[in-house]
Amino acid sequence: MLKFTAEHEWLKLEGDIATVGITAHAAEQLGDLVFVELPEVGSQLAREAGAATVESVKAASDVYCPLDGEITEINQAIVDDPSLVNSDPQGAGWFFKLKLKNPSDADTLLDEAAYKELIA
Amino acid sequence: MGHRTDDQTALETTPLHALHLSLGARMVPFAGYDMPVQYPAGVLKEHLHTRTAAGLFDVSHMGQVMVRAKSGAYADAALALETLVPVDILGLKEGRQRYGFFTDDNGGILDDLMITNRGDHLFVVVNAARKDADLAHMKAHLVDCDVELLEDRALIALQGPRAEDVLAALWPDVVDMKFMDVCDALLHDAPCIVSRSGYSGEDGFEISVPASQAEQVARALLEDLHCQPIGLGARDSLRLEAGLCLYGNDIDTTTSPIEASLEWAIQRARKAGGEREGGFPGASRILGELANGTSRRRVGLKPEGKAPVRAHAKLFADAEGRTELGEVTSGTFGPTVEGPVAMGYLPTSHAGAGTQVFAEVRGKFLPMMVSALPFITATYKR
Repeated sequence: MLKFTAEHEWLKLEGDIATVGITAHAAEQLGDLVFVELPEVGSQLAREAGAATVESVKAASDVYCPLDGEITEINQAIVDDPSLVNSDPQGAGWFFKLKLKNPSDADTLLDEAAYKELIA
Repeated sequence: MGHRTDDQTALETTPLHALHLSLGARMVPFAGYDMPVQYPAGVLKEHLHTRTAAGLFDVSHMGQVMVRAKSGAYADAALALETLVPVDILGLKEGRQRYGFFTDDNGGILDDLMITNRGDHLFVVVNAARKDADLAHMKAHLVDCDVELLEDRALIALQGPRAEDVLAALWPDVVDMKFMDVCDALLHDAPCIVSRSGYSGEDGFEISVPASQAEQVARALLEDLHCQPIGLGARDSLRLEAGLCLYGNDIDTTTSPIEASLEWAIQRARKAGGEREGGFPGASRILGELANGTSRRRVGLKPEGKAPVRAHAKLFADAEGRTELGEVTSGTFGPTVEGPVAMGYLPTSHAGAGTQVFAEVRGKFLPMMVSALPFITATYKR
């Protein structure tokens, strides 16, 4: 199941694990990324806490943790090559995996249709 | 995710505004104008294209000003402007241009500008955000001159190693120009003022063109596929790699020209012992600093890691953040350098190339090395 936040993160939900990244719309708005900083595996993050930082040539932006949970895996490939986020934001450009504290919280997020309406 | 951007207010537009929209530019507010920050190629590609081919920039938001002595004599206009800038303007030859800055009574910098000897008058280009203040400043102090803002002209910058080829297609005589030469030229029947200068560290030109013919000239230049439109995003990373100051970031009224490492722009005639020593606002401080040095200097800073260190990051002598030294004034990722680049102010004790300092970024202290400027090799045609 795919969910979205109004802050332009996407979540792919499999059981209580969410794979998180930024949307194609966000990647396009940011422009070419030149630096990505990811959270440490094992960190406990609250919803809307800063989880990652991305920098384009122009500016730094925060990527927020979409729900309460624990970081179980990070995508080192985007740290080594930030352009992956621009070329494949909703695939190879994923950021981290989050073990959700309360999987049912995902129901409060946007579905794809609602997100598309938001950015229209 | 959260963006960190500026507020939108009522914005002016340049004569190339429709062209930017038709080229798919992303527009942002800049110094009161709706300006292209990037085109569909994006900042990285635009930056690299300028360094390898040619880039066309709309810089029409900048102020183009004529200063003409009421006597009609160039020397009178030059001597008048010399009361506001520590530059040898009287000694500037016809058809030549110099970089300079307006100073205030404390020796701070009110703006930086380009000054051209146009034979019987001066042609001055000032920053967009400062043009109203600069105009008032000149009108108040240059009482024996007519000071006129040219509101019916656009300014197009053409930068990069292919810039000469691109411009030669419209005007073959361009090949005779050298760095900082200024000529009249007819481009597609548009009477233009062409200077061989720019803000990228590359060879290139700035072309003042009547507003009504600006789009036609820009489109003619863009017909050459080596020439691509470049936005303000790449303009900033290009100038930073070239070690050039941005007014409001790297220099302002709190920085003297000597602190800003701009003493190269003050010619001998205006220094102690010169024919027209001093005679500009803040001269006692500035000449004193030329003789005795300053306690801090603007330097290049090269972060050792991959994270860009941006303006206002604090600089420390140690990795624990105990001894604060100064602040980064500009910083970004340099696409040609393939890494982050920055400038900032450091105490003279820490301003030597190779000195390690630490910048505070999101609670961490990142090592940076004081580096010679520019970060790239400039390719001006001397």
